[in-house]
Amino acid sequence: MSVLIFIDHSDGHVKKASFEALCYGAALARQLGTTAEGILLGTVSSDLSALGHYGVTKIHQAALEALNHLDAQVYARIIADATTATGATVLVFSNNVNGKAVASRVSARLKAGLVSGAVALPDTANGFVVRKNVFSGKAFANVSLNTQIKVIALNPNSYPVREGEGSAEVVPLSVTVTPRVKVVSTTQASGQVPLTEAEIVVSGGRGLKGPENWGMIEELAKVLGAATACSRPVADAHWRPHNEHVGQTGIAIAPNLYIAIGISGAIQHLAGVNRSKVIVVVNKDPEAPFFKAADYGIVGDAFEVVPKMTEAVKKLKGMG
Amino acid sequence: MKILVCISKTPDTTAKISFTQNNTKFNGDGVQWIINPYDEWYALVRAIELKEKDPSTIIHLATVGPADTDPIIRKALAIGGDEAIRVNADSADSYYVAAQLAEVARQGGYDLILTGKETIDYNGSSIGGMLAELLDLPYISLAVKFELSGTTATVTREIEGGEETDEVRLPAVVSCQKGVAEQRIPNMKGIMSARTKPLKVVEPAAVDTLTSIVSFELPPAKAGVKLVPADNPAELIRLLHEEAKVF
Repeated sequence: MSVLIFIDHSDGHVKKASFEALCYGAALARQLGTTAEGILLGTVSSDLSALGHYGVTKIHQAALEALNHLDAQVYARIIADATTATGATVLVFSNNVNGKAVASRVSARLKAGLVSGAVALPDTANGFVVRKNVFSGKAFANVSLNTQIKVIALNPNSYPVREGEGSAEVVPLSVTVTPRVKVVSTTQASGQVPLTEAEIVVSGGRGLKGPENWGMIEELAKVLGAATACSRPVADAHWRPHNEHVGQTGIAIAPNLYIAIGISGAIQHLAGVNRSKVIVVVNKDPEAPFFKAADYGIVGDAFEVVPKMTEAVKKLKGMG
Repeated sequence: MKILVCISKTPDTTAKISFTQNNTKFNGDGVQWIINPYDEWYALVRAIELKEKDPSTIIHLATVGPADTDPIIRKALAIGGDEAIRVNADSADSYYVAAQLAEVARQGGYDLILTGKETIDYNGSSIGGMLAELLDLPYISLAVKFELSGTTATVTREIEGGEETDEVRLPAVVSCQKGVAEQRIPNMKGIMSARTKPLKVVEPAAVDTLTSIVSFELPPAKAGVKLVPADNPAELIRLLHEEAKVF
């Protein structure tokens, strides 16, 4: 009755969201008095036994190059077979792009209850109840998984990563694959923190008046080690690329710190960012609805405030 | 080409979220219901665009819900689509809904099944994947672009920090998000014709649910914004560092 954790990777690296899933799965295994194991499909450049630092005792690896790109159908079959073979009763995924696609398929294949968007460890005192975000971050639901095998997809940035001691045994999985999805090309913004994995996000809205004024947003993001984002009108006006658009129709994020500059805070925008742990709003309009959802704020002109924020961060970090 | 578009009814984005029956049921009082935006703006409109290119295309809409879902499905028909199928059952959990839709899909023999990327109420993002698994079809999720050439679809999907373009032979299931199409407003002709389009009501297949909602909770109210004077941004940075400890 072990816990099996899906390890997602790209470009040869295990994704940050998967370290969270590993730590969550290991904590859950301790709670259930069992062991945690990982499953990785494809190849990565790092030594997999080191994933033992995150609490797993074994990594099942199907080391085929063909598995380095996701085909959810192929992945689901291998993971479902591994679940049966290892006797795992809980499967943990990150609720990230690939995790969502595979967890849902595995759930249907094994007829195992799924909770997607989990934000906490299950309550196992009486049954198996997992808390998840619903209504685009406006509420939580406590969901009971009523099947023998349970599938959890953990929201990114909702469980802390802690590295400890230990080494995992790498066990090869022998599989044959016939992918039906052929990958033609990938484009990846290089050298940037993906928005969904960023701990700090600096975001700009229409209040910045034009794309030529994004330099100060990028400066602040740079000194904070943050990713940059924008509101929908900004993406629609092509001031910024669409993949920076956060909000209901864009990407939903939950960083530790979200700094909104010149964004009024329409409900559709809030739906994508209201799971952020701390929200800072800079807006010259004191009536901007975003202040109601904020933890800290400055009512003022972004063009004066933001460069001073950057200076203050530099000073604090001794960046001169 | 025969396309199935899966439609869900959700509370309007701006609806006030509250719960009844000791926090076990969503409080629908005074709530305006809409077609789940991702189903409407992206999945349905893309299907309509494909039909505009190839008029022999047939579009069916499917939903799982009781009779009060009819206005939503009629509204979807007003935007486009040839006929709708409503499975007459409460959407008990995502597996139950996916299994009902899978039954509809088996009966209809579709080349392409489109869903929204998630519903804005339960945010499960799981119907497309479950449906694909139950039908043993390929699944491409979070599509931002969808092109069709014969029976091969070229789909660009979101990946963390970028995009990936995939090719897949139909039949397949694709979940859609912003980029796939642009929102359309139904016109008078559409609204009039929707009244006479077939809306078939079918009884649900016998399917188990795998999960149940024990209770809902609202997040604790925010303490209120702490305002820092505009002439002292350094104080804000100090608070973020020392009080909020976010960096």
